[in-house]
Amino acid sequence: MKKIYYVVMIASMCLAGAHSFAQPLTGASDEDVMTVLKNSFSPVGDVTLDRLEQSPEQKACSQMAATGQPIPKEVMETLLKQAMASIKPPADKQFLGDWKVGEKIAQSGVGLQFSDKPGVASGGNCYACHQMTKSEIAFGNIGPSLLNYGKNRGNAEQMLEYTWNKIYNSHAYTACSNMPRFGTAGILTEQQIKDVMALLFDPASPVNNE
Amino acid sequence: MLRQIKKKLTGAAAILLIVPAMGAGSASAQSADKTQEGIDDYRQMLSDGGNPGDLLVDTGKELWLEKKGPKDASLETCDLGLGPGVVKGAYAQLPRFFQDADKVMDAETRIMYCMENLQGIDSKDITSTVFSKSGDISTDWEAIVAYVANESSGIAMAAPQKHAAEKAAYERGQKIFFHRSGPYDFSCATCHGASDKRIRLQNLPDLLNAKDAQQAYTTWPGYRVSQGVVRTMQWRLQDCFRQQRLPKLKFASQASIDLLTFLAVKAKEGKMAAPGIKR
Repeated sequence: MKKIYYVVMIASMCLAGAHSFAQPLTGASDEDVMTVLKNSFSPVGDVTLDRLEQSPEQKACSQMAATGQPIPKEVMETLLKQAMASIKPPADKQFLGDWKVGEKIAQSGVGLQFSDKPGVASGGNCYACHQMTKSEIAFGNIGPSLLNYGKNRGNAEQMLEYTWNKIYNSHAYTACSNMPRFGTAGILTEQQIKDVMALLFDPASPVNNE
Repeated sequence: MLRQIKKKLTGAAAILLIVPAMGAGSASAQSADKTQEGIDDYRQMLSDGGNPGDLLVDTGKELWLEKKGPKDASLETCDLGLGPGVVKGAYAQLPRFFQDADKVMDAETRIMYCMENLQGIDSKDITSTVFSKSGDISTDWEAIVAYVANESSGIAMAAPQKHAAEKAAYERGQKIFFHRSGPYDFSCATCHGASDKRIRLQNLPDLLNAKDAQQAYTTWPGYRVSQGVVRTMQWRLQDCFRQQRLPKLKFASQASIDLLTFLAVKAKEGKMAAPGIKR
């Protein structure tokens, strides 16, 4: 009898021990994941741990991708509407800046990484994902080719506005798009977006002129 | 001394080999496909001529057997999951749950555990010196990991999913893989969740696809030609998160272990071929 008592006691101690150690490690809820993430990163300068937090939009998009489920229609409509509402048109109504500056922005991948100088102007890194000119062969293909963008589409006010919006917050047209929200997230300044717009639309730009 | 020469050699080999690659890049007037062909040829050339990372494997073995730390012990009796002293095939079955540590560990976390426990080395002294700087010589750490991974060459990946903690690590790893956050809204899946994608000219493995996941996972640690050093999986993850605009992933952190568990299981049955050669 005593023997059984000891066996049970030892077994329950083991279980309790394993439980107290393993408790956070056998959980996989969203809260567990957030706790793990917060404990797994160190802040560097102004790249702080709050970057691990998700906005409701980021959360919805992550869940959809993880489960392969489409976003429910109402949620989708809200996401599109919220994204559209975040867009600010250029204050002076001028959509186009300097394509030469725009080309530099399109080439540059710096900005907001913990390895970047704090406060350095971000690039757009457009070439990482898009073909834009014939001469730049080192382009990625996560996004569609933008070769001859302005030449093929013209520069009617509506097209300028659509493109501005797309750069500012691509989620206004495609919920959960892979493309960063360059305006809404404060990656590029209004002037920088104008310069990238010029790269896309200016007839003299290598996008349209090679 | 010989060790220093070997490490320097890997750097020198990189410089010699980068030159023809740059030539190929500028001469390629046509298309990205041509450039990709050039990169493939170059990789082929590298593997024919000997991977500089292979030199580091020998150094890693020497370091594994060397007595070190306050306890003046080698890592020979380290249990990498297949029993004390068994290195062969161990990397292919990591990450896994370890009873003694009461947690799931990937290869690098486990090697650090052995250094702490067998050699008495403080983990802070380990984590601060694990990764070499670009263009520098590879660290002792990178050599040791290259050696351990190389001891699984040709062996099929089989990271276990039996223990509840292993299953939970996989599940959390999967969620972390899809976790979009930060100013760019990036997750791992942004770049590694679709087939035939590239950033600039760099091919991106679709880590949700078995073939791509196997190819990618089994070739880390890898000799990174552009940096002239061997890089490990923990480095690979940290540098991905840096580009995701997230803070710095801590070495051997739970998130790194979870993500590596997810990736290792995705790479199931892929045959280890590390150190590989990376761009």
